Amino acid sequence: MSKVLVVTSGKGGVGKTTTTAALGAALAQRGDKVVVVDFDVGLRNLDLVMGAERRVVFDLINVVQGVAKLPQALIRDKRLENLWLLPASQTRDKDALTEEGVGKVIDDLRGRFDWVICDSPAGIERGASMAMRFADEAVIVTNPEVSSVRDSDRIIGMLDSKTVRAEKGERVEKHILITRYDPSRAARGEMLTIDDILEILATPLLGIIPESQDVLKASNVGTPVTLSNADGAPARAYMDAAKRLCGENVTMHVPAERRGLMDRLLRRRAA
Amino acid sequence: MSMGLLRLLRGKKASAPVARERLQILLAHERGMRGQPDLLGVLREEILAVVSRHVTLDPTKVIVRLERGDEVSTLEVDIEVPNDFERKKVAVA
Repeated sequence: MSKVLVVTSGKGGVGKTTTTAALGAALAQRGDKVVVVDFDVGLRNLDLVMGAERRVVFDLINVVQGVAKLPQALIRDKRLENLWLLPASQTRDKDALTEEGVGKVIDDLRGRFDWVICDSPAGIERGASMAMRFADEAVIVTNPEVSSVRDSDRIIGMLDSKTVRAEKGERVEKHILITRYDPSRAARGEMLTIDDILEILATPLLGIIPESQDVLKASNVGTPVTLSNADGAPARAYMDAAKRLCGENVTMHVPAERRGLMDRLLRRRAA
Repeated sequence: MSMGLLRLLRGKKASAPVARERLQILLAHERGMRGQPDLLGVLREEILAVVSRHVTLDPTKVIVRLERGDEVSTLEVDIEVPNDFERKKVAVA
């Protein structure tokens, strides 16, 4: 039974592509067959974050328009043999994403993979609505910050009204993934708390990814963060999120502040 | 508890509760508006139609603004009318 999962947010720069790569790799590491699909036509980046930027020949739009067959466009990951990438077009116009064409490609992917993970572009335009259109489940990537939470709320509204499932009277299962969570700023009351965000968005939590150097390092070298530093806090948080997607019950870890005594003293003096 | 104490010692106010409150008010409003016709757009069109029956207007010179306050909101309609409109009216009559 295969699942189509959209990674979306409304707002840009919150970590959709990082999350798509990390969750895709985490699910593949667990043994599932996974494809990550880039819907950001014209501004593709999933290929770069996955380290496959030099191997792109055909893309999603080529397949949608029938220029290439799906197996020709799929790129197999070099580290995980059951992880694949379907890149976005860098040159075409996003209007080339027709609903009928995307629907056919998604159907075809459903037959080949356990997970079809759609990396949505920012915004609420065609690319974003096509990425969520056929989804069974959604991960809404949210930063603990007002504009991100507002945009997440808007996206939740779209998931509940503009998807095929919603139009059939069914539900898209939604999960909030909080990224770039900074425990020290949360402790100082400078950042919306996890409880605030969940209460406002009224949607269950999939995981909390702490702000970390690991994420930037992983994208620098083109490796999903769950592979580049598997013992790091973000990797563990993404692995736990992947387990929850598979229905496992995993205790939620709220990243805690790690500061020494000197650190505390210095910080207080500075404040 | 310790969070609040620390803040007290530093004499700083937390901004997160402000963020939370602003979001709750804003989203309650935005959720209510979803799927509704654009009220200001409709008002603008209808006001334009009524006034145009009597005065020749430049449609781009009709501005409708809404300012939301805590107790009441104000609706401001700003219509720029050409100076010779009275004469035109007489001419038509």
